[in-house]
Amino acid sequence: MIQITIFVVLLLTAAAYLTGRTRAVTAGGGALATLHSRPSYHGFYCAIWVLMVGIAAILVIAIIGGALIEARLMAAIAAADPTLSQIEIDLVLSDAQAIAAGDIASRSGDLRTAIAQQFISAETMRIWAVLVVGMGAALATFMVTTRQINREWRARNRSERIVRYMLVTSAAIAIMTTIGIILSLVGETLNFFANIDWQVWKYVFGLTWSPLSGVHSGEMDADKVGAIPLFAGTLMITIIAMLVATPIGLMAAIYLADFASPTVRSIAKPMLEILAGIPTVVYGFFAALTLGPAIRGLGEGIGLTVASESALAAGIVMGVMIIPFISSLSDDVLNAVPQSLRDGSYGLGATKAETIRQVVLPAALPGIVSAVLLGVSRAIGETMIVVMAAGQGANLTANPLEAVTTVTVQIVMLITGDTEAATAAGPAFTLGFTLFCVTLGLNFVALRIVRRYREMYD
Amino acid sequence: MVDMAALTKLHASPITATRVKARRRAETRLKIYGITAIFLAALALVTLLSSVFYKAAGALTESYINLPVTLSAEEIPVDDPGSANFGGLTKDVMKEVFPFVTSRRDRRDLYGLVSSGASFELQNKVKADPNLIGGVITFPFLLSDDADLYLKGFFGTLTSEDTDGALSISGNVTEVGEEVQLFSTANDFVAEVAVVKELLLIEAARVRADAERQERGRAVFTERAQAASTDEQREKLIAGATGYATQRDALNARADDLEDRALRPGGEEPLSSETPSLLLEVNGGWIDATRVSATGLVGEVVVPLFSDADAAPGEWVLHVMETPENARKVNDKQVIWLETLRSNEATETTFNWRFFTAGDSREAELAGVWGAIVGTFFTMLVTFFLAFPLGVSAAIYLEEFAPKNRFTDFVEVNINNLAAVPSIVFGLLGLAIFVTGVEFEVWGREIVIGGFAPRSAPIAGGMVLALMTLPTIIIASRAAIRAVPPSIRDAALGVGASKLQCTFHHVLPLAMPGILTGSIIGMAQALGETAPLIMIGMVAFIVDIPQGITDSATVLPVQIFRWSDFPERAFEAKTALAIVVLLGFLVIMNILAIILRKRFERRW
Repeated sequence: MIQITIFVVLLLTAAAYLTGRTRAVTAGGGALATLHSRPSYHGFYCAIWVLMVGIAAILVIAIIGGALIEARLMAAIAAADPTLSQIEIDLVLSDAQAIAAGDIASRSGDLRTAIAQQFISAETMRIWAVLVVGMGAALATFMVTTRQINREWRARNRSERIVRYMLVTSAAIAIMTTIGIILSLVGETLNFFANIDWQVWKYVFGLTWSPLSGVHSGEMDADKVGAIPLFAGTLMITIIAMLVATPIGLMAAIYLADFASPTVRSIAKPMLEILAGIPTVVYGFFAALTLGPAIRGLGEGIGLTVASESALAAGIVMGVMIIPFISSLSDDVLNAVPQSLRDGSYGLGATKAETIRQVVLPAALPGIVSAVLLGVSRAIGETMIVVMAAGQGANLTANPLEAVTTVTVQIVMLITGDTEAATAAGPAFTLGFTLFCVTLGLNFVALRIVRRYREMYD
Repeated sequence: MVDMAALTKLHASPITATRVKARRRAETRLKIYGITAIFLAALALVTLLSSVFYKAAGALTESYINLPVTLSAEEIPVDDPGSANFGGLTKDVMKEVFPFVTSRRDRRDLYGLVSSGASFELQNKVKADPNLIGGVITFPFLLSDDADLYLKGFFGTLTSEDTDGALSISGNVTEVGEEVQLFSTANDFVAEVAVVKELLLIEAARVRADAERQERGRAVFTERAQAASTDEQREKLIAGATGYATQRDALNARADDLEDRALRPGGEEPLSSETPSLLLEVNGGWIDATRVSATGLVGEVVVPLFSDADAAPGEWVLHVMETPENARKVNDKQVIWLETLRSNEATETTFNWRFFTAGDSREAELAGVWGAIVGTFFTMLVTFFLAFPLGVSAAIYLEEFAPKNRFTDFVEVNINNLAAVPSIVFGLLGLAIFVTGVEFEVWGREIVIGGFAPRSAPIAGGMVLALMTLPTIIIASRAAIRAVPPSIRDAALGVGASKLQCTFHHVLPLAMPGILTGSIIGMAQALGETAPLIMIGMVAFIVDIPQGITDSATVLPVQIFRWSDFPERAFEAKTALAIVVLLGFLVIMNILAIILRKRFERRW
């Protein structure tokens, strides 16, 4: 039914466009040049108003109507059986809705059937209200806007203003997304900290991570929410990844920026881009099913015990994933070092290698540092490789051959686990918030460095 | 003034020559580092892709066995063919082919060769054409994943050994499960006995290492006993040491025995599930060896023989399966049944179309990616129709209209930061705002923001991915819009166009190729994204092909993630093939972007 209403509004929109145009042409009276705005602007102005008002009316009526119905039915349930608690009322209501929709309810009974009847009649009312109000609002706007049309009507300026507002709104989506992230993360984080009696230090410095052990009534054991094992695991995998990615990425960038012939560049650059374009889940598959067993076999060959989900495998593969990131950022930075610096160095008789080591690299150092920082932020936030190839148990170890777990792995495990969503959300969103803050901080620092460095040579 | 003569002398001196050489070497070294780095990156890429492709090849085909099925009218009602027991019928067919398989366990193994989906396919075929009832048809039964893997050679291949002697047989050869003795006139089994003995040596070495560990324990306990302060403690420790010593002796004795058996020539050795299997084909039947000596073996009848007549040299075949029974998912009997079917040319291998047309399944041989592809399509559809208009509008605003003020700066900072937020955080955002909704208490009333999207539906996933892709699209679109030269704008404004007309009629069309290229690359990134979709529940097991953007669905990367976690060996190849499909889509999108860039990009 709602779809039909929307369809009708769309039809009215099209009609408004055509009517607006025709009216404008008529108003022009054969001499279109006397119109302030071209006919299509008149049409567009009418159409955009009809569409906006119509959709807004539908949404408002549908949402308010739904909330009203719910409130009234809850009141009805409470009146019918005053002994019920709020949760039971909710349950009765959802059962009644299921009965009304013809689905299977958890329980049935006279009260539920009666409420279901009420629900059906109210729901029918709501649908008709949506249809009538939506169509009515659209139609009224249609009448008002098309009647305004005359020679002097500044339809173009008015529609352009609307379009401008739309553009601003789109640009503001970025802000709204950030606000959304913070809203969704902060709420649960505060809940979680409230659950451990604001002993935030136990989360930041605690050594035992087992937040769901013994959770029955939503009460967290503050001694078991220590995130240090997760931080340590994340750190270890990140270090391994950066040990792989930084030298390879940096060396590749130096070679491509200062030594490589155009042919080599034209092969190596796309190759690195392919590496960057491979989805992380593919890297994870490779780490879990090819590299992990290979490292294990190798380790056992020389008499080491290697866990089948070792930090080493995940770290190496993550490093490979970050190589193109580091190399392309460093490449940009190296190319941004002014040629005059190089020429000066060559002029003093330095070789290419000496120029790179003693002139180009020091000049590019801030940029390279920020590239590495961005790489670290990537590694910390990477999820799929570690979920598939690193371990799940939170054990505190310094041995890269053992299984460690990371912040992202724990978030995935908590959210996809069997525990009730409301309980698992606390620790998961808190970890998410920590992750968000850390990566944001790293990016902030990295961008700052880059900006300052750019200003130096511009 | 520089003394030129001295300078020339210095430049010609051997010291300078060595120094120049060293400097050149340093340069070569740096070059080599660079080349090594690029080579390592290339090696990683090649290893990654080749390991995926190599594994994927195994899932390209599927195996069937063609068997005659009697569709009797008594068992299958013509007016309602679907009501018949097709599962039972399938079992009857297998029983008919192998009538000698009688024990319960063997029967179960036998039925296990055929996929559980085969009877449904038979049912569908009969339902589609009820005229078949009453006749006999040859129907291809889909094999189970393990049987399929065996036929593809994943568990090693059955090799035939050369034999010289004539074989004499004694024992009840017509009954399955009976023990029979076989003797060859030549030393035909020497190689096999040697293999078994080698295994004995390895086992002996393992036992010896174990014994050594016990010995170390004994030594430690003895030492401690000498240092013990009280008698009680000492006694306890001595007792412990004695215990270790006893165990050590027992282990050593076992190792001695094993070594003795391994080194003594001749003799009979038992075969177990840890040794290679010896399967003997003679007189139309098969025997699974349980003990072997140089000239003969003792075994169990698996397929009955015609007779116990002697077999002349060359009339009997010794098959060896190198992979031990406990290292493969098909046992010796199943191997023999499959081999008989194969030699009867009943098995058939075809291209695995099912993989590209079927939805997900818990049975590896029935699972396909079509459901995930459709889910991906719907998700990408939502993502594109949200992210593209919003991203382009935002870019237009920021490039063409935005005044230089705090708001604009704030938007830019936000866009740059969003581009670097981990994808999993976007998943949490989607879960909280789109799926469950965030609750607030304002003036004593609960207000829920969001929570309108159904869990695991493409609409929720598409919205999350749209938010993730937005920064990419905005940044690419801004670059494309900035690349349009100001002269175009000046010309449009000069002839009286409004700012908006100038943008939409002139700048935007010229920037479109660049915008589209950037958007396609952004969509390609979104296509490979997994973690945020797992967060919003697209990781559920969904068999049905989704019909719309509000149905429960999964997407290709998530499907890959789920399959990679399954223990069945056959899923490994399926996962790899799904990755190849995903990479294929990515390649297509990137080629599209490259073509767009090459054909429409203008240099001003």
